[in-house]
Amino acid sequence: MGLTADDVARLGALARIQLSEQECAELAPELDVILESVASVSEVAGPDVPMATHAMPMANVFRADVVTASLTQEEALSGAPAQDDGRFRVPQILSED
Amino acid sequence: MTAALLTRSAAELGRLMAAGELTSEELTRACLAQIEALNPRLNVFLAVDADAALAEARAVDARRAAGEELGPLAGVPIGVKDNFCTTDFPTTCGSKMLEGWVPPYDATVVAKLRAAGLVIVGKTNMDEFAMGSSTETSYFGPTRNPWDDARIPGGSGGGSAAAVASFMVPLAVGSDTGGSIRQPGAVTGTVGVKPTYGGVSRYGLVAMASSLDQPGPCARTAEDAALLQEVIGGYDPHDSASIDRPVPDLVGASRAADLAGLRVGIVAEFQGDGYEPGVLERFREAVEALRAAGAEIVEVSCPAFAYALPAYYLIQPAELSSNLARFDGMRYGLRTGDDGARSAEEVMNLTREDGFGREAKRRIIIGTYALSAGYYDAYYGSAQRVRSLIQGDFDKAFARVDVLVSPTTPTVAFRIGERMSDPMSMYLADLCTIPSNMAGNASASFPAGLSDGLPVGFQVMAPPMDDARLYRVGGVLERALQEKWGGPQAPEGVLA
Repeated sequence: MGLTADDVARLGALARIQLSEQECAELAPELDVILESVASVSEVAGPDVPMATHAMPMANVFRADVVTASLTQEEALSGAPAQDDGRFRVPQILSED
Repeated sequence: MTAALLTRSAAELGRLMAAGELTSEELTRACLAQIEALNPRLNVFLAVDADAALAEARAVDARRAAGEELGPLAGVPIGVKDNFCTTDFPTTCGSKMLEGWVPPYDATVVAKLRAAGLVIVGKTNMDEFAMGSSTETSYFGPTRNPWDDARIPGGSGGGSAAAVASFMVPLAVGSDTGGSIRQPGAVTGTVGVKPTYGGVSRYGLVAMASSLDQPGPCARTAEDAALLQEVIGGYDPHDSASIDRPVPDLVGASRAADLAGLRVGIVAEFQGDGYEPGVLERFREAVEALRAAGAEIVEVSCPAFAYALPAYYLIQPAELSSNLARFDGMRYGLRTGDDGARSAEEVMNLTREDGFGREAKRRIIIGTYALSAGYYDAYYGSAQRVRSLIQGDFDKAFARVDVLVSPTTPTVAFRIGERMSDPMSMYLADLCTIPSNMAGNASASFPAGLSDGLPVGFQVMAPPMDDARLYRVGGVLERALQEKWGGPQAPEGVLA
């Protein structure tokens, strides 16, 4: 398999985690060991074995389409790192260029 | 006097309170004093609110004094793992990401505890976001095993197990994704139960791997665990995986006199190399105790169980990498690097770098890899096929026997720091517990005695919704072993 530090950095970007060069270099061999250990999984069951999707068989679960109580605006905002005028305040989403 | 109170079971304490011989306030004071005395050493509780607990205890006492009919656990103090949402305590999941965060709602489990009159004294330490088998990955420092301060109390729910083992509280709740209730129970000499998936609501339990997560009880006796599961179990429309069926009679099962007619299957794959001799010795003794109580013992082979661990270490990181995407620094929890100039994406990247510890990052990256384009079928897909094989092995086994048994863990508690730099050796701690999460069936660990002074756990597995069988076996085993030992076994140096 051989994950490189660059691979780890790319996966970090996909997962939205800024990783330092040192962290990527340390994580690469650790992740390699884990991936090697789990590789046997792909050899165990052929395509004829169905994928389990749930621990317990269960049909789609829907609740009745009725209005029920939910969090108030104040409660929903109670943990916000920043808020403004009853809304979550977030860093800029669109860049200028 | 205090020791005599703290060592009593929750069932006994409930009866004393119902008889007017003890108040919840007295009991809660004794528990708070025990926490104060031991928490600096063991780091079990991350948050305790003594004033609120005493006020709650007095409220229960007042209701009882007014003649109100209360449940069997009313007034009993309890600890709650720090991944259950509580409106009156921070809920950190052992992570810097949620340091100080107070949720706006209670988890269903917590709401049920309150409704049954249990007194929540505080929140217990855990591996970060429940990722670990030792409680060492907590941002708030490791919890220590009451049997030996130099050793781990298991994980991820090491705090809940250690709280019960050190007599800080008679009961606690935990969550079990790959063994996080049972393995800590095993290595602290306590009872830990993973109910059938869907038996106890996950609503308000911070999700790790949704198809595997299951809340359950931590206690010192089978009967206490049964009483607690009857309180927290049952249908909850807020959890789409919740099973809409009544909670079976678990307490009655825990009091069963014998095991006449019960067929017990020893899992052939969970013995031999890699298992400490002391663990296997205690296991064989426990099996003999079951035989003496009338059970029929056979050996059963479950060949796919050998692949449960590797398949689990694909499914679980895949699901958690998705679940933990919600910690983005936007709506709650930590936000790092928001200087007014950086973009939302840059702030997200910095927040997640800052807020997650090393093990969380490892698993998120593995999960991201396993789910990425071109690898999905080879990894996640293959793992889900293995999951079908494991479910098939259980189905075949349960056609022959009523319960399966194995050691809960291959070894006794290991030393703090011993496995932190070797993730795979850490993951092996959950070798025997993982199959039941993969298949969703009920499973529990009961104390089986000591090996070189450290607790060994005996695992019982039952078919889905047959949780009562766990308690029947656990109750009979407990009485048989305690008769031999001359009473329950407890760590030294924790009672004044």
